[in-house]
Amino acid sequence: MPEAAAFQGLSWNPLTDLHQLFAYQFMVNALEAGTIVAVMAGVTGWFMVLRRQTFAGHTLSVVAFPGAAAASLAGLPLAVGYFGFCGLGALALGAIAGTRRSLGAESAAIGSLQALALALGFLFVSLYHGVLNGLDSLLFGTFLGVTTQQVVVLLVVAVAAVGLVAFAARPLFFASVDADVARAGGLPVNALGLGFLLVLGLSVAETSQITGALLVFALLVTPAATAHQLTARPMLGIALSVGFALAVTWLGLAFAYFSIYPVGFYVTSLSFGLYVLVRTGRVLVHRRASARLALEAA
Amino acid sequence: MSAENSVAVAFDRAAVRLGGRTIWSDVSLSVAEADFVAVLGPNGAGKSTLIKAILGLLPLASGTASILGRAPGAAKGRIGYLPQRHGFDSGTRVRGVDLVQLGLDGARWGIPLPGTQGRKRDAARVAEVIDLVSAAAYARRPIGELSGGEQQRLLIAQALVRRPKLLLLDEPLDSLDLPNQAAVAALVRRICAEEHVAVLLVAHDINPIIGYLDRVIYLAGGGALEGPPDQVITSETLSRLYGAPIEVLHASDGRLVVVGEPEAPFVHGDRHA
Repeated sequence: MPEAAAFQGLSWNPLTDLHQLFAYQFMVNALEAGTIVAVMAGVTGWFMVLRRQTFAGHTLSVVAFPGAAAASLAGLPLAVGYFGFCGLGALALGAIAGTRRSLGAESAAIGSLQALALALGFLFVSLYHGVLNGLDSLLFGTFLGVTTQQVVVLLVVAVAAVGLVAFAARPLFFASVDADVARAGGLPVNALGLGFLLVLGLSVAETSQITGALLVFALLVTPAATAHQLTARPMLGIALSVGFALAVTWLGLAFAYFSIYPVGFYVTSLSFGLYVLVRTGRVLVHRRASARLALEAA
Repeated sequence: MSAENSVAVAFDRAAVRLGGRTIWSDVSLSVAEADFVAVLGPNGAGKSTLIKAILGLLPLASGTASILGRAPGAAKGRIGYLPQRHGFDSGTRVRGVDLVQLGLDGARWGIPLPGTQGRKRDAARVAEVIDLVSAAAYARRPIGELSGGEQQRLLIAQALVRRPKLLLLDEPLDSLDLPNQAAVAALVRRICAEEHVAVLLVAHDINPIIGYLDRVIYLAGGGALEGPPDQVITSETLSRLYGAPIEVLHASDGRLVVVGEPEAPFVHGDRHA
């Protein structure tokens, strides 16, 4: 092992610190997994915010929790539970959306599903008495112990999901902003909606493995919402969303590596900080513009 | 061009049933290409149903329909459609120009490659149609921040971008003030002539648009009448259609007032079914 592998804490020398960051295989795996997850979350998150399905996305992340708990209980890899439950959750959400009731009835049904998922998760945790040690990381994430094999699974799923979204990008964008016209033009709007929920389920399942089930939003919603604040241009918005997700993931992992606090906390705080910064900036710009208009009018 | 092609919409003794209720029946009408036609009638008379039947979204219970010389639903690519809507709320972060672009390539799968001939041609067509509706000044702003009239112009541009032969506009004037209603009607009149496209426009009130129309389709009492406005909107014709006494008054400012319209039976759900 090279001598840098001996962990020395933050040296405040950027080169040394960067070197330290890549010294251990687990950290290299974590950075790779984080990068894959951030790209996928950035892309699907942008469409989720556009489609105003944040509540559905949140429900999928809550569904990820019993999925992981059930997998531990059954002695299966956690990824099986994450992907299985999030996939089922997406189908359930699709069935709810397919009934085409009012928006209020739909969100009430989604909320009920969310409560059931939490209750199931708690049941599985209670049944499996030994899991309590892992409960924190199921809910709030961990970057320790990401194996190379897990990274490969994450990569395969992410490539497939992002590929699907890219292939359907324009019809999905059309169906998201203008469903009636898209349907009249012959687009399968309902199938697109269900397909997107399934991709969203995959994204949530992937993201949960880094940020934990409860902090999925840090990567899925906040970077995308920030991008939507900054620009209404679709391609630029998706690029910004991915860029923000990557930035907070890399910084979050680095901070967690050099400190005693969990990665979920850093990723969430960084993306929240970025969002607040952008919102405030927009309000200020808007104020100045209105003030100038008022001045010109006077 | 053959005589077949010069008829944009032809219905022959057509009927539509929804949930066991006959919306209208025995409807025969014909719309020539480049005609500007208003679809009028009380709430629940089946105005939006007529549009959906033309699009092939609702099947006919009896009778036949020919849309641009083909069965309903077979001519989708040559129909521009603007559904009834309540406008985009201020949170909609989508630019008008992107919305118009979707009218062109929104149904295409795969990843668009920037810089290709096709992309340049698409961008040029989008710019052209935005100019046609005089919306260039605000097309790059998020549509949610625009006024109702500005949104409506961009949506009409979206419906026009693929050079349709038939344009279906479902209550595009609904949320507009009177001057804007007349302005949009004038725009549609100009498009009819310049783009040589037949337009069916569903409207609540004929008065702001009557000067621009070629013909009207009046739906009421489970049937429909079609013809020039001054022949259809008369006391005799409408009384016959409703099967009840109707009076059409000519106000001194030239406005038409229809008196005695019975309200359609109230149906739960989609009020424009």
